[in-house]
Amino acid sequence: MKRMNHKIKGGLLVGASALSVVIIVAVVVIILLVIILQGKDRLTWEFLTSFPENGMTEGGIFPAIYGTLLMVLIMTVAAVPFGTLTAIYMSEYANESSIISKSIRFAVRTLATVPSIIFGLFGLGFFIKFVGGGMDNMFLGGQLKWGQPNILWASLTMALLTLPVVIVSVEEAIRTVPRELREASLALGATRWQTIRKVVLPGSKAGILTGTILAVSRGAGEVAPILFTGAAYYLATLPHSLSDQFMSLGYHVYIMATQSANVDETLPIQFATTLVLLLLTFSLNMVAVVIRHRFRKKNK
Amino acid sequence: MNSESFIKPGFTKESLKKKFRLSEFISEKVISSTAFLTVGLILLIFIFVFKETLPIFHQHKEAKTRTEQNVADKPISYGATAESESRPEVYGMETDSAFDQSGETGVEPTMEERYGADADEEEIVGISNLLGTEWQPVSVHPRFGLVPLLVGTIKITLISILFAAPIAIMAALFSAAFAPSWLRELIKPVVELLAGFPSVVIGFFALMVMATFFQDFFGYGARLNAFVGGIAMALAAIPIIFTVTEDVMTAVPATYKEASLALGASKWQTAFFVTLPAATPGIFAAILLGIGRIFGETMIALMATGNAVLISANPFESVRTFAATIGAEMAEVVFGDTHYSVLFLIGSLLFIFTFSLNAIAEFYVKSRLIKRFQGKVS
Repeated sequence: MKRMNHKIKGGLLVGASALSVVIIVAVVVIILLVIILQGKDRLTWEFLTSFPENGMTEGGIFPAIYGTLLMVLIMTVAAVPFGTLTAIYMSEYANESSIISKSIRFAVRTLATVPSIIFGLFGLGFFIKFVGGGMDNMFLGGQLKWGQPNILWASLTMALLTLPVVIVSVEEAIRTVPRELREASLALGATRWQTIRKVVLPGSKAGILTGTILAVSRGAGEVAPILFTGAAYYLATLPHSLSDQFMSLGYHVYIMATQSANVDETLPIQFATTLVLLLLTFSLNMVAVVIRHRFRKKNK
Repeated sequence: MNSESFIKPGFTKESLKKKFRLSEFISEKVISSTAFLTVGLILLIFIFVFKETLPIFHQHKEAKTRTEQNVADKPISYGATAESESRPEVYGMETDSAFDQSGETGVEPTMEERYGADADEEEIVGISNLLGTEWQPVSVHPRFGLVPLLVGTIKITLISILFAAPIAIMAALFSAAFAPSWLRELIKPVVELLAGFPSVVIGFFALMVMATFFQDFFGYGARLNAFVGGIAMALAAIPIIFTVTEDVMTAVPATYKEASLALGASKWQTAFFVTLPAATPGIFAAILLGIGRIFGETMIALMATGNAVLISANPFESVRTFAATIGAEMAEVVFGDTHYSVLFLIGSLLFIFTFSLNAIAEFYVKSRLIKRFQGKVS
C-alpha cells in the first residue's frame, strides 16, 4: 500500500513537471502557428516594398521596415564598440575581486533588468531635453531641431538597452580565448594592448558577432523605449537625416492594433506586420545560436 | 669567461622597468573609462529620471513661500489665490475658512493651514493628491492619485506570477532532474524562443487571440482585463524564471543527489526533497526577477489590460498599471507640465522598485546560495 502511494505521488510529480514543459512548448507553437497562418496570405513582396495607403488601411509597410533597419544600424554603431570595450576591460584589465570590477558587473546586470520604459523616460529627459535642447540653445539659438524626438535619440536610447546583451556575449567569448595564447604573446614581448588587438580580439570575433546579432534582434523588437523618443505614427517620406522621425515595425503593430480607426478591417495587415517582425527577430536569433554553437564546438 | 657573463647580465634594473608607451597608456585609459561609463550610466539614469520629477517638489516649496508672502501682505496678494476662490466647491469649506482666518487675524498660519493652501493651487501636486484614489490627469482639476495605478499594478503582478512561477519552476525541475539530456537540449531552445518574442508580439497575440478565447470560455464582461494581461505577462516572465531556476538546480552539487540516491531515495524524492530545497534561494531570486520583469512590462500592459483606472479585486476587470500609464500618456503631455513630472515620478518609483529587487536577488540570495552549496549553513 505504502509502495503504491509512493509510486502515485512520484508519478503525479513527474507528470506535473512534464505538463509544465508541455504547456510552455504548446504556447510557443500556438503563438507561432496563429501568427504564421493569419499573416502569411498578406505577406507578399509588394507588401514589403510599398508605402501604407488610405490612412494605413491598405498598402505595405516599407517605411516601417526601413525605419527599423536604420534605427538598428545606428544603435549597433553606438552599442557594439562601447560594449566590446567594457567587456575587454572586465576580462583583461580589471581585478576580478576589486570593488570597481564588482560595481561594473552589478551595473551591467542592473542595466539588463531596468524596465524598458525607463529607458524611454531617460531618453526623453537626457537625450532630447538635456543634450538635444542644449544643442539647440548653443548652436541654433533656441530653434527647435534636436530637442525633439528623432531617430538618433531613439537609436541611442535603444543602444543603452541592448548594451548588456553585447557586454555579456563578448565577455563570454573573450574568456574562451586560452590563457596560453595571451601568455605566449606577452612572452614574445608584445604589450598588453598589442596582445588584445592581435590575439584576444581576433579570437573572440564570433562572440562579438553573436552579441551584435542578439542586440539587433532585441532592439528590433522593443517598442517601449522608442514610444516617445522618435517613433512616428505615419510618415509619408522616409527619414532623410538623423533629426527626422521614423516608423518602426513594433510601433506599427502597436498603433494598428490599438489606435487605428478600423482595427478589424486591418487585421490581416497587423498579422502580416507581426509576422515580419517575428521573422526578423527569429532569423537573427537563429543565426546567433548557430554561430555560438559552432564557436563553442571549435573551442572544445 | 663564463663566470663574467654570468655576473654581468644583459639587463639592468632600469631596463626591466616598464617602458612608458603612449599607445598603451591611451588604450588602457580609453578602455577603463568606457567601462566606468557603464556605472556612470546607471547613475545618469537615476539622476535624469529623478530630475524631471523635481518640479513637483519644487513647486510645492515655491507655493509655500508664496502663500507665506500672501499672508504677510494679505490684501493685495490675496488675488494670487483667486483660482482657489473661484472653485471653492472642489476643496470644500475647510481650507477656505482657514485662509480667511489667517487673512483676517494676520496670524502666522500653522503647518496644516499652509498645507491646505498648497493644495488649493491648481498646479501643485500635494502628497494628498498623489495618495488620492482618482487618476484624472487631463481635466480642469487634475487628479494624480497613484493608488488605483498601484493597486492595478500589484493585482496584475500577482495574477501573472501565480501563473508564471509554478509553471516555470516545475518545468525547470523537469529539465534539470528528470529529462534525458537530448530532451533538455530541445527544451532550452524553445524557452529561448519564448524569451525572444518581442513583448509587442505577445501583447498583440493576447489582444487579438487570447482575449477573445478567454471571453468565450469564461463569459465575463470586459474583453481586456487583468486576467488576460496577467497571463500574457506570465509568458514574458516564464523564460526568466525558468532559466535562473534551471541554472541553480544544475549547480546543486552532485554529491547531494548521489548521497540521497545512495540512501535509497527514488529519483523524484531526490528531486523534490533534495534538489528543490537546496535551490530555494535561487528560486526566490528567479521569482524576484520575474516580478521585476512583470512590474515594468509596458507593451503587454498597454495592449491587453484594458487600461481603465479602476480599484477592484475582481480579476476580470480592466486595470491600469504604472508602466502602461507612462507609455500611454507621455506622448501627449506638455513638457515640464505637472502631469509630465508625475509621469516621471511614476517612472522613478518603477526604477527604484526594480533596482531594489535586482539588488536583493544579487547580493542577499547569491551569498546564501554560495554558503549553502559550500556547506557552511545547513
